[in-house]
Amino acid sequence: MSNPILDTFFEETEELLESLAEGLESMQGAEFDKETVNSVFRAVHSIKGGAGAFKMTELVNFAHSFETVMDAVRSETLALTPQIMHTLMRSADCLADLVDAARSGRTISEEVTSGFLTALQACMGEGEIEAVDAWDNFEFNAVTLDIEPINVDAPAVATMETTAASDTAQVQIGFQIDFRPHAALFTNGHEPALLFAALGDLGQMTSRIDMTKLADWSDFDPTEPRLSWTVDLRTDESEISVQEVFEFVHGLCDLRIKPLMGPPPSPNPELSAEGKSATNKSDAGPAPTVVADISSPAAIAMAAAPSTAATPAVVVAAKAKAERNDDGSDAKAPKATLRVDLDRVDRLINAVGELIINQAMIAQRLQDMTSTRDDDLVMHIEDYRLLARDIQEGVMAIRAQPVKSLFQRMSRIVREAADATGKLAELVTSGEGTEVDKTVVERLADPLTHMIRNAVDHGLESRGARGAAGKPPMGTIRLSASHRSGSVIITVKDDGAGLNRPKILEIAKRKGLIAPEAELNDAEIDQLLFMAGFSTATTISNLSGRGVGLDVVRNAVQALGGRISIATTPGHGTEFTIMLPLTLAVMDGMVVTVGGQTLVVPITSIIETIRPLPTDLHRIGTDETLLSIRGRMIPVVDVARSLGFPSPGTHSAPLLLLVESEKLGECALVVDSVQDQRQVVIKSLESNFGSVPGVSAATVLGDGRIALILDPDAIAGGRATSNYPMPNILSNAGRTAYANA
Amino acid sequence: MQTLEDTTKSEVEFVTFSAGEQSFSIEITQVREIRRWSPVTALPHAPHEVLGVMNLRGSVIPIYDLAARFGLGQTPENPRNVIVVAMHGGQTVGLLVEAVSEILSVSREKIQETPDIRSEVARQSITGVIPIETGMTRVIDLGAVLHPSNWSVA
Amino acid sequence: MTLKVLAIDDSKTIRELLRSVMEEAGFDFESAVDGVDGVERYAEVRPDVVITDINMPNMDGYGVIDAIRKGDIDNQVPILVLTTESGDKLKARARDAGATGWIVKPFDDVSLVSVIRRVTGMVA
Repeated sequence: MSNPILDTFFEETEELLESLAEGLESMQGAEFDKETVNSVFRAVHSIKGGAGAFKMTELVNFAHSFETVMDAVRSETLALTPQIMHTLMRSADCLADLVDAARSGRTISEEVTSGFLTALQACMGEGEIEAVDAWDNFEFNAVTLDIEPINVDAPAVATMETTAASDTAQVQIGFQIDFRPHAALFTNGHEPALLFAALGDLGQMTSRIDMTKLADWSDFDPTEPRLSWTVDLRTDESEISVQEVFEFVHGLCDLRIKPLMGPPPSPNPELSAEGKSATNKSDAGPAPTVVADISSPAAIAMAAAPSTAATPAVVVAAKAKAERNDDGSDAKAPKATLRVDLDRVDRLINAVGELIINQAMIAQRLQDMTSTRDDDLVMHIEDYRLLARDIQEGVMAIRAQPVKSLFQRMSRIVREAADATGKLAELVTSGEGTEVDKTVVERLADPLTHMIRNAVDHGLESRGARGAAGKPPMGTIRLSASHRSGSVIITVKDDGAGLNRPKILEIAKRKGLIAPEAELNDAEIDQLLFMAGFSTATTISNLSGRGVGLDVVRNAVQALGGRISIATTPGHGTEFTIMLPLTLAVMDGMVVTVGGQTLVVPITSIIETIRPLPTDLHRIGTDETLLSIRGRMIPVVDVARSLGFPSPGTHSAPLLLLVESEKLGECALVVDSVQDQRQVVIKSLESNFGSVPGVSAATVLGDGRIALILDPDAIAGGRATSNYPMPNILSNAGRTAYANA
Repeated sequence: MQTLEDTTKSEVEFVTFSAGEQSFSIEITQVREIRRWSPVTALPHAPHEVLGVMNLRGSVIPIYDLAARFGLGQTPENPRNVIVVAMHGGQTVGLLVEAVSEILSVSREKIQETPDIRSEVARQSITGVIPIETGMTRVIDLGAVLHPSNWSVA
Repeated sequence: MTLKVLAIDDSKTIRELLRSVMEEAGFDFESAVDGVDGVERYAEVRPDVVITDINMPNMDGYGVIDAIRKGDIDNQVPILVLTTESGDKLKARARDAGATGWIVKPFDDVSLVSVIRRVTGMVA
């Protein structure tokens, strides 16, 4: 059972951690304003507050120490040295871990947090972080839950003095309270009547008002309260209980609490048990002071002398508005957002996909009706097409989110990797505002983490080596995102030594990944990094050697319909470039005919379309063909045959699609003809059927029929010809990334 | 108000149809709609009973030839053929049949266990039989049709 | 009449917690997300009691108290300050700013409701 407020807490904490990371990030820079420090403080403070509500002790304790240090930084009693900055950054990481742990109900070993706590403590010098209060240590003790409404008559009907008691045995029967409110008591929103009501709850009360100060009207100051009270409270309660009644008005009044002496309480049950109503009017004796009913509104009004008219009127709302307008240009003002169930968005995306198909169908029908050509209609259909595209773009934008949160997580990875390898490294990001489909952002987290770790671990040289090369000791990892012609480009670049190609080649040969006598060019050597089971680390470090290699990164990227490439400059560093589709729901495809069937080939994998001369084709073996192009030989794959469709046989001059494949590098696919190039809506085959070898997904064409989307890698890699059904035949389970419906 | 009689009677409704000149039925709760035949897109390397995929209002659904599935030969092309669209475990599929016969309402105790038969396919995919006027109808286990533990290789 | 509470806190978690407690107690509940919003909402809502956080963006809790106390709308309304600190210094500061009382986070629902009744004299 989930607690919606707890969900809110974690949601909010996620945002707070983000702004915490962001704030700390900018505090690292040379210039930052006080508000940045404030916002960091507030983020930690709010996490502590929320965690407190859910009794997450570890989290509260840690946040408390963190907050204390931030408070010192905020108040400038603590100088922000690089060491302290480092501690703050790592503490933010630890805080994030504690939140994660709290969410999943795990506990984090004390050893981990205590290290950070010690570091925080060290920031403050000696013993300055006070322990956080115990849970039950409230500042007030609830009086009782059922405070009665102010009863005009009951508790405090003014009575005669009770000093006439002449019994010999005087014991403490309660308290005598002298109370003179200051003006501030009223302006702070207090009502003496409420205090008396609370006292009345403690026992039996009689009170006298001293109105002597009202006598002199000549120097009447309406802002100065003129009344004071003396209250006799008969009670068994302790003095602390009485003090608590006045807790909030402490300092806003003159208050004296003395023991009230008197004869031992009579066994009158009215006094001991229910002593809430003051009824001992029978007491004899003269009344030495003026007696008034303190509960009467008139008396209170007189006491509450400061008048509203006396204070200058400030139009509160208008003032606040003006302040906000001044802030209007502030980019930090949060945009209004709307939380929408992802299912609803996906339903909408689906419906828009249908709309696009519907439009295409109508357009096609219209084109077929050449006899009844209506120019107006053609124009309207064109408008329809444009509108449908607009709607589609708008809907897709709902799923898009900036890569910022993803990039922010990476600075932590850099810190950890740097700490673990003893290197100095900083992350420089750009293009954080670049928007990508939500799913892409989510699925990119793991591969990107791995690449960033690699960049620090393998990319950057050791401090000594950097020094020898005349580089600054601090290595730089640049992470950037940008949009380029309908794709998202993400690059990870280090300023390290660049790839050591002879070593890569040697390792590949030693591990039997390539033949010992193989001759590879530079690009081919670089590609070896993506082979399964390749690892260049000579010593297995903490970070790599986990059995996860760049091959996994590559698979993940390809599962998202993207490609990854590598470029390196010896001595200057290595750059990985990931190219991804903007969205997973649509893609640009080339519509082709193969063996009489209509198929779609993703544009991203097509390098070019060629119709070779018969002399460029070379038979090899019984049924293999090679294409010679630009002096190289690349394999030709008969798509129809590999899909099990009737193949028209070998053309003398077939139409070829040159595609890039994971296993074979470039490769040429034989198709019958190219129909069209268009954006297609990706439909999952998996949800109702299962994976099909050689096919990544399906789409609906303009005529309402389904066309299969080819998986060029599987076709080129020969993985399309496997026996059916073998759902796991695609080594790459992530291929379902195409799934949309 | 549900009476005692209602609860004990427990009527079940089935859609019955013919495939390979035999009568089959599935529980009406699994049937989403019945559609006219329209051309399908063939899937590479698909088993012979999977005719291909069809567009059902934006979803891609596979079409199974029920007769072929039960080893009764491919259903011959006929404009009267219909597709029974059914749901199973979140999966939507189409079953190509010759014709839909009727909606059958029977009490649970009328459903008889499948007699011990030799055909592996039939034994796995038919959960019971119901006697009807013209003989009997075979109650299909849709899950077994879609996910056979071992496929009958054609 | 139902007691109307306005809570001003930048933490949604705390707002939601307060809401659940207040609504459970039968009070009307309104909330604002920061000081500026709080002061605006105050003018609209005319609450019987205000609960405000201290550390907030745009305008902090002291600013809220100041604006209400110096304003011309029911400027003696009880204002309770929510604070995670329990130090006397902070209490004194809240009192000097014009707060009626304070509630130390983490709060429990019984003491929260009782303190509201204590400063307003109202039952739900």
